[in-house]
Amino acid sequence: MQTITHQKTQAWFEACHTHDVPHNGGVCVKYNDQQIALFHFARRGEWYATQNECPHRKQMALSRGMIGTSGDEPKVACPFHKKTFSLITGECISGDECTIKTYEVKVEQGLVYIAVDGHHENY
Amino acid sequence: MKIVIIGNGMVGHKLCEKLIARNSQQSLELVVFGEDTRPAYDRVHLSEFFAGKSARDLELAGYDWYAEHHIKLYTGDPIRSIDPATKTIHSHLGLTENYDYLILATGSAAFVPPIPGVEKEGVFIYRTIEDLELIRDYAPKVKSGAVIGGGLLGLEAAKALIDLGIKEVHVVEFAPRLMPRQVDEAGSKILQTKLEQLGLHIHTNTNTREILGGQNITGLKFSDTEAISTDMLIISAGIKPRDELARHSGLATGNRGGIIVNEKMQTSDPFIYAIGECALYNGMIYGLVAPGYEMADAVASQLMGDNKLFTGFDMSTKLKLIGVDVASFGDPFSTGNAVRTIVLEDQHKNIYKRINLSEDGKQLLGGILIGEADQYNMLLQTCKNKLVLPPDPETIFLGEKNGTVRQGGGVLDLPAEAIICSCEGITKDTICCSVTGQGCESVDTIKKMTKAGTGCGGCVPMIKDLVTGTMKAQGKYLRNSLCEHFSQSRQELFDLIKIHDLKTYDEALDKLGAGHGCEVCKPAIASIIASLWGEMILKKGNDTAQDSNDRFLANIQKGGSYSIVPRIPGGEITPEKLIVIGQVAKKYNLYTKITGGQRIDMFGAHVTDLPLIWEELIAAGFESGHAYGKALRTVKSCVGSTWCRFGLHDSVSFAIRIEERYRGLRAPHKIKSAVSGCIRECAEAQGKDFGIIATEKGWNLFVCGNGGSKPQHALLLASDLDDETCIKYIDRFLMFYIKTADPLTRTATWLNKMDGGIDYLRNVVVNDSLHMAEQWEAEMQALVNSYKCEWKEVVENPELRKRFTHFVNAPEEKDPTIKFEPMRDQKKVADWK
Ligand code: SRM
Ligand SMILES: Cc1cc2nc3c(=O)[nH]c(=O)nc-3n(C[C@H](O)[C@H](O)[C@H](O)COP(=O)(O)OP(=O)(O)OC[C@H]3O[C@@H](n4cnc5c(N)ncnc54)[C@H](O)[C@@H]3O)c2cc1C
Ligand code: SF4
Ligand code: FES
Repeated sequence: MQTITHQKTQAWFEACHTHDVPHNGGVCVKYNDQQIALFHFARRGEWYATQNECPHRKQMALSRGMIGTSGDEPKVACPFHKKTFSLITGECISGDECTIKTYEVKVEQGLVYIAVDGHHENY
Repeated sequence: MKIVIIGNGMVGHKLCEKLIARNSQQSLELVVFGEDTRPAYDRVHLSEFFAGKSARDLELAGYDWYAEHHIKLYTGDPIRSIDPATKTIHSHLGLTENYDYLILATGSAAFVPPIPGVEKEGVFIYRTIEDLELIRDYAPKVKSGAVIGGGLLGLEAAKALIDLGIKEVHVVEFAPRLMPRQVDEAGSKILQTKLEQLGLHIHTNTNTREILGGQNITGLKFSDTEAISTDMLIISAGIKPRDELARHSGLATGNRGGIIVNEKMQTSDPFIYAIGECALYNGMIYGLVAPGYEMADAVASQLMGDNKLFTGFDMSTKLKLIGVDVASFGDPFSTGNAVRTIVLEDQHKNIYKRINLSEDGKQLLGGILIGEADQYNMLLQTCKNKLVLPPDPETIFLGEKNGTVRQGGGVLDLPAEAIICSCEGITKDTICCSVTGQGCESVDTIKKMTKAGTGCGGCVPMIKDLVTGTMKAQGKYLRNSLCEHFSQSRQELFDLIKIHDLKTYDEALDKLGAGHGCEVCKPAIASIIASLWGEMILKKGNDTAQDSNDRFLANIQKGGSYSIVPRIPGGEITPEKLIVIGQVAKKYNLYTKITGGQRIDMFGAHVTDLPLIWEELIAAGFESGHAYGKALRTVKSCVGSTWCRFGLHDSVSFAIRIEERYRGLRAPHKIKSAVSGCIRECAEAQGKDFGIIATEKGWNLFVCGNGGSKPQHALLLASDLDDETCIKYIDRFLMFYIKTADPLTRTATWLNKMDGGIDYLRNVVVNDSLHMAEQWEAEMQALVNSYKCEWKEVVENPELRKRFTHFVNAPEEKDPTIKFEPMRDQKKVADWK
């Protein structure tokens, strides 16, 4: 699990069961009007969450993207035009000047929680 | 030393970069004032704003970058006056700064001729993001638009109006021809024809006297008798250097505008420099970005203790219009006794090429390319670097087409100091040294290291050649490795996965690779595993390694909905099944269309509906058409001997047999086939990966044809075959292809790369030169036997069905962001934002 220090108050949103998320893949979580992509990087024993919208053509698609690594950086590739984004910083690693929001994730007793207020605004 | 820069445009920003790069002593204090409310952005690619790029996408660096490099950046605060005596400047918001050196990078503004009516609503200029926002918001209201100015920018603006969906677009040019500064008369004519084919209405030799209308524009008046009606207008009649600040401060400016500079880029005050589109050097304003960057480099060098000078720059350009290639380089017009020109004018294909040579024919002075500008980069480099031309200079633009190999002239022959990327001014030497010295072995790493190829991107193919060439010259074995996680080629991996009996992506990665995979190796390995073992592709462990379309067993469409293509073997379908397709499409509100592959596509399905739709289709006897997979697509048929008066054999029955044999077969790329009943070839079999044509005595088998962007005719592999032999040969051919082709390589490309070509392939398939025939046929038969409809398995398996939801925590809900619009009694997806 990722540990990043944070100052803002956290609200942990209960997203789903761990077994709802495919190994090494993603699902889309509905949080009020927002869509959050949640990934289980099982090979690394890690969980990540980002905005579901790909900033390139504003498609709600990142949860359906393939995840992997570039060097040691975990990333997701948008299924539409294969732009890739760091799952940690949200930065686009395929050369574009766009960034996605990332959220902290924690797993407790088989449930997955997403930090919905304390996320990192990368803008 | 304190340097103040006025203007935060493309060139002003480049100067910051160049100064920072030379500021190893950290002795600089840099202050920048920009009139715009945002930091510098990429004006050259401004039109991409209409294609969906945001202001942020166009940004060159952003506030963070400035902060990180300790540059004080004031945006939205123009400088109002300079006092050279006290070396101070005053800003609009009341700031005062002193400087040691001042640089003016104030750029230019659009020149608006004093035509009566320019103040009307619906009249725009084309220079800033704000201009484009206004145009974008106005365009949906109009039916017709016009552009005044048929130069580089005017044509770009006209194309933008077409892309914005405006039906009727006019271009009005005062001069007798389009792009008068870059293109000669003959070339201009061809260009005009091409643009008219794109739907533009061109008026040359036309002076606009008045803009008609009340509050809003309604038309343009050219003379007493001539006028056109138009609902909006973009004026692109040239640029006007922003020299007002310089002039008021007593600096020397040109009669027709521009701040006069010397070759150090100093103005009449030696402590004040001017660069970019506001600078007048040698009587000339350079309206392009590359010379501006060169000026920035000269100033950075001057201020940091070197002595690089600016001595002029050529105005070579390539137009960015999609659909029309236009380029001009060096001196495009040179005429006279000492110049020889070679012209190629093809009025049939609308291609025009002209090169100007020195009298002895040894040097290229300049030229024009219209309709086909592939050779632009090479010609530009040949011209700039004064390379000696081959004895028949016309081969440099005719050569390769006629099958003769061009002599010399490759990028590797260029001198070390040749500029490869003119946007960033990067030389061949710099690129090669990054390969040898810094270990850059891909275009991406070169881009990161040197910035080459990050501007217009035109030089990327040359960078690629340089990287491969340099690595080869170093004796480096160029491994055809899959990606950073697998050092083997696809062919090697195919054999290794088979030998080690690996069944999932993770097993393959653990055993043969390193790291945690990516979007390149995942689908490639998943495809190998599918080809080898014929197991259900969504089996746990391989599901998330599939390309997105394979993972959802449907093609994802604009907006995020999916399409559904049931298999219709050979294109034959019963009325009952047609009715079912109609009923299903109606029930789930799907757009239907007959595809180019003789079947029916239903578009616009929500991911949640996919299993429901397929459940109904399967119940009616349909199965997956694998339109989403790198797999067999369609086997088209013509009606053949059962109905056609020319038909020699029953092409429909044979097409159905072939399609049912190879359905579901996974391959490095998609495979298509067709069967025609006679040589009239109504099924287009010679455009397919394998195509079959009836003869008096049996079937002719053609292989490795391709449609798509680089069409290629299939080649005859064997003639007059009976059904069984034909199928045997296809089995061998497909297995050979599946085992040896690189990922995403169609059969045509695979054959083009094969040593020995079709003769070698024939030897392998027909004469069994590799002694593999028996094994391949057996392997193919095993795959045929293991075929199951993937969609049937999903529909029947609750665990798999569960994955077909949009929200994991609200499985019944559909994605609310998917929007459709009505069109011709059906629906279409709303356009990208
Ligand atoms: C639906 C269809 C167009 C139509 O309305 O007729 C179509 C639609 C698509 N084609 Fe095609 N092609 C269709 C016939 C063709 C044909 C004609 C044919 O098959 O006879 C060709 C040229 C022949 C050929 O492939 O050699 C064709 C050449 C391509 C190519 C270029 C392939 C190449 O080798 O250059 C692509 C891109 C690719 O595959 O990488 C492509 C890719 C696509 C994709 C899958 C693009 C995508 O990834 O979204 C389109 C999506 C379809 C969908 O969502 O369902 N489509 N496409 C046709 C479906 C046929 C079918 O029933 O399966
Ligand atoms: C649509 C379009 C397409 C183009 N396509 C190409 C192309 O394909 N190839 C090519 O080479 N070139 C192209 N160009 C031209 C290229 O963009 C310019 O050559 C380049 O931007 C010039 O850079 P600059 O910094 O000199 O001027 P600018 O980019 O105009 O920057 C000048 C900046 O100075 C600011 N400024 C002015 N006065 C003041 C003041 N008093 N105080 C503070 N700030 C001030 C302005 O607001 C502006 O932001 C294109 C231009 C346009 C508009
Ligand atoms: S290919 Fe021959 S058999 Fe088929 S439709 Fe054409 S003419 Fe008839
Ligand atoms: S929409 Fe995501 S890469 Fe284009």
